[in-house]
Amino acid sequence: MSSTATIHTLDNGLTVIVEPMRDVRSAAFSFLVPGGSVHEPQGRNGTAAILSDLILRGAGSLDSRQLTATLDNLGLQRSESVGVKHLGFSGATVADRLPQALAVYGDILRKPHLPADQFDAVREGLEMTLRAMQDEPRQQLMVELRRRCFPSPWGTPTYGQLEQLPDISSSDVVDHYRQLVRPNGAILGVAGGVEPDEILPVVEEAFGGWEEGSETELVDGEYTPVIEHIAHDSTQTHIGIAYEAVPYRHEDYYTAWASVGVLSGGMSARLFTEVRERRGLCYSISAVLNSLPYHARVLAYAGTTAERAQETLDVTLAEMQRLAEGIEPGELERCQARAKSALIMEQESTISRAGSVARDWFHLGRVTTLDEVRGKIESLTVDTVLDYIHARPARDFTVVTIGPEPLEVSGGIS
Amino acid sequence: MEFHETTLENGLTVIAELNQAAQSVATGVFVRTGSRDETEDVSGVSHFLEHMAFKGNDVYTADDVNRIFDELGANYNASTSEEVTQFYAAILPEYLPNAVEMLSTLLYPSLRQDDFEMEKNVILEEIGMYDDQPTFTAYEQAMQAHFPTHPLGRKILGTSDSVSALTAESMRQYHADHYRTGNMVLVVAGRADWDDVCRLVEEHCGSFPGGRIQRDTSAPPVGGQTQVIERPSSLQQHVMQLAPAPAADHRLRYAAELLGVIVGDHSSSRLYWELVDPGHAESADLAYNDYDGTGTWLTYLGCRPETVGENLERIHSVYDQVNREGISPTELEQAQNRIASAIVLRSERPMGRLGALGINWVYLGQYRSVQDDLDTVAGITVDDISQLLAEYPLDAVSTATVGPLSSL
Repeated sequence: MSSTATIHTLDNGLTVIVEPMRDVRSAAFSFLVPGGSVHEPQGRNGTAAILSDLILRGAGSLDSRQLTATLDNLGLQRSESVGVKHLGFSGATVADRLPQALAVYGDILRKPHLPADQFDAVREGLEMTLRAMQDEPRQQLMVELRRRCFPSPWGTPTYGQLEQLPDISSSDVVDHYRQLVRPNGAILGVAGGVEPDEILPVVEEAFGGWEEGSETELVDGEYTPVIEHIAHDSTQTHIGIAYEAVPYRHEDYYTAWASVGVLSGGMSARLFTEVRERRGLCYSISAVLNSLPYHARVLAYAGTTAERAQETLDVTLAEMQRLAEGIEPGELERCQARAKSALIMEQESTISRAGSVARDWFHLGRVTTLDEVRGKIESLTVDTVLDYIHARPARDFTVVTIGPEPLEVSGGIS
Repeated sequence: MEFHETTLENGLTVIAELNQAAQSVATGVFVRTGSRDETEDVSGVSHFLEHMAFKGNDVYTADDVNRIFDELGANYNASTSEEVTQFYAAILPEYLPNAVEMLSTLLYPSLRQDDFEMEKNVILEEIGMYDDQPTFTAYEQAMQAHFPTHPLGRKILGTSDSVSALTAESMRQYHADHYRTGNMVLVVAGRADWDDVCRLVEEHCGSFPGGRIQRDTSAPPVGGQTQVIERPSSLQQHVMQLAPAPAADHRLRYAAELLGVIVGDHSSSRLYWELVDPGHAESADLAYNDYDGTGTWLTYLGCRPETVGENLERIHSVYDQVNREGISPTELEQAQNRIASAIVLRSERPMGRLGALGINWVYLGQYRSVQDDLDTVAGITVDDISQLLAEYPLDAVSTATVGPLSSL
């Protein structure tokens, strides 16, 4: 299965990737546009999140309600997100309506009204979202863990921070749009029952006249692992653990991925088996490999009542370190089986494929073929995965807990 | 797409919607059992059983079950609602035989005492996890306020006390009573051969015990209570309200789904424009939930504690207007377009079809194709919505709230 994606870069730098898919009635797009939270002005975390809402409140000749009605009539299942680097806009509908939807996004990105009279409502909505997240310690935990485990500015919360919202003004948001949202560096992935011949002219028409903007430079700050507890009168203690790994663009990425798969790739993986099945310590436990362009971390979560929390943390950390003692061939084979099956099933989802081709371009500057990924997965051996684990052992943990009582992070962890 | 149906000698119904263009196949068993089928002394047992299903039988240990599913590269899990427990797996087509065998293993586990005691801890942790999610707590409390004398009002997971007190023996009895072929349907969706499916289910499911247990589906009395769960440290106030709506087999249930989208969808709806867009509330949603013999309009409001009163007034003035004047053809058409494309998208994956096939069979005893659903949605008129509103007006008769407030 080689990729059938057509890649086209507009004169202004916008990259469009179109992947036609067989036997589907729908088509989907994933648009990554410069302007994520790492680019926010100092002390105004939340600017990008406000923009992500405000930008849909009218564009071109349509006011807020007309714009929404137009997208609804196209049957568009849409979502907006804020990433560290990009604002994300994605949508899916029956294939023949996708070109019209893309044309509307041309107006949204190039001619948004950003109505000043709606700024207060949007900021208040975001403030309530952040308050609701604070009421759910698990959500809050993952935000706090990311903040601490990546070098600044890469852990910047994408939803913003409550204490900084009052300092953000309407003009900050307009400035953020003007300075950052631009075609060069933007990526549009399209997948589904469409052909490049019908999509590319629409994209050219909608985005061709969009003027280039200037690139922004980011400087990485320092990063030191920390251990921190945040008091909360919750029922459970929520435990977050992070350690360094290699990013998607790195040649060792697939061995890194497999090492996390052995830990948490399925219900037979080590964390689920040792922490939940054998000891009954928790309901929810997982670890994932989270990759940014140049930094990556293994991020793990466990939630458990206070009296079991210390043992949960101890067993989880021990399992992470025990990886270096060896892995069974069967453990790797299960990771490979899951990955191959997921790759094939991705071919059934236009939304997944659109997201994948855009993400590939963002991280690699190219689109990987399924054959290539399958080849990488198949070529993994116990030895190559162990070599990776020995070169980059699980250590120097950042541990954040939220709950009634702090925990001890046991010795032996440098 | 081709549809097939058969019933084994032991009474197990097997249905399949096969699509040779699909890349994968999904299979699952839908058991008509959930918290509403429990007595108070075994509250939580249906959900606990769903966990115990993965603990193995005389042939496979608990480790074997998870290991084998992972070896297949399966996307597999299980869930329990008020009325249905489902077990499912999506796999590549060549692994269908293994998946059917493993599903049959899940349905008749050994229910060993030591596994039972260990898993009890996991369930208690799951209860703790939901305790830290105020919207979930508000939902559970609202169901209790709405169905105070009926098992639909009990928590799906049970309480810490009921789960702690549960014995393996009472679980075995509940399992023997409910896991009978007359209470379940085995579903296959995606790329498979019907003759293979028949052979596999005969081999792995032919010895399932027959019989069925009747469920009382008469409409339960509605409570109309208000429950306040005070959490002084919460920043937001979470309010759930319930009112009667059509039952699962009602001819206007699709109209009810459309009305839910028109009035209370989270991204563009009457409530969105009145409360969320202007920044009055973080969330203001209306959803339609259907059950055997009854249904609910579920309103959710999340906002600052000090604005709950005015926001509830806003919601109810939206409801009053809709009840009085109905909805416009334009609103209906927009909602139809949105739901139609959601149906198309969901149906492209065998896993997406599996749920729809199973749930339609459990509640209606009926096969509905994707086109049937699209036609039904497209055929709903403004008049249908008016009839629906006359019979089941938008309302809030039972309420639960979680947050800093001590009263509403």
